[in-house]
Amino acid sequence: MQPSNHKAPSLWQTLFGDPVRAFGVVSFFLLISLAIAPAKNYFSEWRHYQNQYLKLIRNRSEAVTLQRHFEGGIHQIWLPELGVVDRCTTCHVGMKEASLVDVSVQPFRRHPVIPHTVDQFGCTVCHRGQGPATTDAEAHRSTLAWEQPILPARYVESSCGQCHRNTLTGTPQLNLGRTLLTRYGCVHCHTIKLPEGGTIAPTDDPPSLEHIADKTTREWIYAWLKDPQAYAVSATMPNFKFSDADARDVSAFLIANSTPMPGDTAPLPASQKAPDPAAGPSLYGESYCASCHAVQNAAGNVVGGDVGPELTRVGNKVKPEWLQVWIRNPRIYDAGTAMPHYRFNDQQISVITGFLMNKTDSDLLANVHLDPATPEQIAHGKTLVAEYGCASCHEINGIKKPENFAPELTRIGSKPVTQLVFLPGMQHTLPDYIVGKIKQPRAFGAGLKMPQFTFTSAQIDALTTALLSLTDRAQTLPSTLAVPGTPSSTYQPAGRSGQLINDLACFSCHRINGRGGDMAPDLTWEGSAVQRPWLEEFLKHPNTLRPALIRRMPKFNLSDDDAKELTDYIMMVYQTPAFERDSMPLNGYPPTLVEQGKQLFYSKYGCQGCHIVDTKMDKGYIGPTLTHVGARLNPAWIYNWLKNPQALRPGTPEPNRNMSDEDARALTAFLMTQKGSSQTEAKK
Amino acid sequence: MKRSLLAFGTAVLMMTLSGCARKTASATSPGPTAFGVAIVESSGGKQLGATGATLSQPVVVQVNDEQGNAVTGASVQMSGPLGVGFDPATGLTDSSGQFTTNVTLGSMAGRYQIMASTFTKAHKKVDFKLDEIALGYQQQVGYQLNDKYCSRCHDPESTPERVSNYDNLEVKPHPFSEGDALNKISDLDLTAIISHGGTAINKSPIMPPYGYTLSKQEIQALIAYIRLVSDPPYQASGMVYAQK
Repeated sequence: MQPSNHKAPSLWQTLFGDPVRAFGVVSFFLLISLAIAPAKNYFSEWRHYQNQYLKLIRNRSEAVTLQRHFEGGIHQIWLPELGVVDRCTTCHVGMKEASLVDVSVQPFRRHPVIPHTVDQFGCTVCHRGQGPATTDAEAHRSTLAWEQPILPARYVESSCGQCHRNTLTGTPQLNLGRTLLTRYGCVHCHTIKLPEGGTIAPTDDPPSLEHIADKTTREWIYAWLKDPQAYAVSATMPNFKFSDADARDVSAFLIANSTPMPGDTAPLPASQKAPDPAAGPSLYGESYCASCHAVQNAAGNVVGGDVGPELTRVGNKVKPEWLQVWIRNPRIYDAGTAMPHYRFNDQQISVITGFLMNKTDSDLLANVHLDPATPEQIAHGKTLVAEYGCASCHEINGIKKPENFAPELTRIGSKPVTQLVFLPGMQHTLPDYIVGKIKQPRAFGAGLKMPQFTFTSAQIDALTTALLSLTDRAQTLPSTLAVPGTPSSTYQPAGRSGQLINDLACFSCHRINGRGGDMAPDLTWEGSAVQRPWLEEFLKHPNTLRPALIRRMPKFNLSDDDAKELTDYIMMVYQTPAFERDSMPLNGYPPTLVEQGKQLFYSKYGCQGCHIVDTKMDKGYIGPTLTHVGARLNPAWIYNWLKNPQALRPGTPEPNRNMSDEDARALTAFLMTQKGSSQTEAKK
Repeated sequence: MKRSLLAFGTAVLMMTLSGCARKTASATSPGPTAFGVAIVESSGGKQLGATGATLSQPVVVQVNDEQGNAVTGASVQMSGPLGVGFDPATGLTDSSGQFTTNVTLGSMAGRYQIMASTFTKAHKKVDFKLDEIALGYQQQVGYQLNDKYCSRCHDPESTPERVSNYDNLEVKPHPFSEGDALNKISDLDLTAIISHGGTAINKSPIMPPYGYTLSKQEIQALIAYIRLVSDPPYQASGMVYAQK
């Protein structure tokens, strides 16, 4: 073969050398390009998952049902009212299949049982993420076009809180977080506006510092500022990380700025005998101080209530003269305190003061030595107090409560990630940012003033959950979907009884007309429930009604006049409209009816499981003891209570037995004969 | 709903089986300075937590030597089913021979078996398994209802803050962890007892009916909770799946 001198045809020549060839090639490429879209569709991620799902269900016993439920293609939930366009169910195909409970691989898990359906609310309302996306990455992770990634499961309760402003049974973490927000004073500095108007109000009651020099020493203030939890582990005051010099100056200012407390502050007569050392603990116990105040025991556990401050080292803190005045009448020092005014006599005041002043820890103030304050130090202290916003929580003479001291948190749950500053090594998500801010608030930049709290990691998760519920959606929700919280009540009883109720701080434990605590029974309808003589006697000499409770009604040493005044008011005003109070007789029920009631009590209804009528036989510990119930409760109340306890006191654990009128009448008759023998019982 | 409850035990089994599937990668940590022969739980087992959340108490395990004394500086490695996190996952026992870790449960309700392991001098691996329980929404509701209405009689544990009524009752109620007895009672019968009281299936009338106090959903939630905490774990009956 002679070497060919014509060149190999160029690519152009090969493809488009003649019209026929050119036509063929163009058609070929056209066909290919037309196939791209169907191929992309065919090999798409969601189709892959749907095929996998079909494989998964093929071998199951209920395959036929599952296959019938299955629908191929892209699924979409469109809820214009909520702004939801969710295609999540395209891949999460088995979500509604109850029988897939054993499948643990995603995306085929069954959705756990919740009160809503996916058709009502879609997915992203609760889980966040990008609803219209049809790939794993775009739907779940944050991308350039979408910065709100899927919400980690640990915070999912926050989504319930967007609509539900009230307390839900199934969201303990959200409920705890909301409690912490108000109890630890976060909302003193950070405003959180509610969609229905108003702001979240704090539930703590930081003490006024106007007369602090009467109450405590500068050394204690210094030690407290340096480390509040060293004084009381359960203290809610955070640590402001003051330097020694700053703590010295703030304490100097607070003492110098304090004014003497007004009112009757005369000391006790000096002639008091030294009290019996055993009298202190017993008076402390009898007065049920531990219902509100905790003390740390030898094992390090904090035992007691959390309404008032912990008293483990109170002897290090307060001055004995102040404590005497406080015990005599706490309203002299703080008119709005939750502490009741016990009407103690001088002997009792001296006993309880002596007992509390012995609660000391010799190490606490051992190393605190402060020189007398200079005017410069006091002036610097004042600057610091203003700078750190102390007046946001505490009343301080001459310093106004700052407005908008800290950033508003009304929409923190929707804050764009691009507006956040992260610490090195942190994941760039909103929940991680919030957790980081609570854990180490000062690490995010120089000059930050947010103090250091001592929260456990469970508490931080709860707080983060509560904060994440404060979203744009929560603010803009259609009013048909929002479930508002229980409005806070400002109920105030009138007249002299109203003053007495405030003075005795009844609201610290009892709820009346929506206001007050939940430690003790709701008294809104107490006047319908009880008999007058019993109530008057109980106010003067409270005795045990519920043996299983450790928190009980204390004895306030009421005068006869005060007890009568209060009884009159309760019997007159706290009446239910549901029934006529005096519609049933106190006595004179036929013995056959009483006997029938007894039978019902012990056999049909098994009431002795929770209540005691016969102290020798019955052992029920859960409900109130009924040995004196015939002298305590009003028969019409008993009858209506038996018919439907929740109607009279919502939330009571006593079950509704759907009792017939006849049974309820017989049981009422039996219970009304249980009048006890009040004399002998009183002696015991 | 009923089917889901029946099948719940299977889910538990699956999770337990997958327990050994995932090993947490051992980070670069200082090597052990001592070795033990056994690893035991000090505290933190059998806790109830929300799905995806960190348990309220840390898990504490202790490494012991042949005499049963605590060993300081022995290595401990934690592992668990998919979705379970440990902080930290590996480490050495402290001066009292203990290793403490915070456990985060997975996002599926159920029983999670986690494993703590240590190595003996002969590089033999010794394990200790403990269970933690994750409550989903439904079980969480059940847990709250149990706390309010049931536990005062059904939980024998008594504290000064919360006195148990268990000892006062002549006919002892079943604690909800008593799987041997409760697992034999069908969902239908449990619903009957809760709704209509003990007499519904010829049991004690001391157990009152809650059918007029609790809603249907609440009773289902309560049963979901009871099934989750029973020991031995509840195995749903009447449902057989073909092998995959």
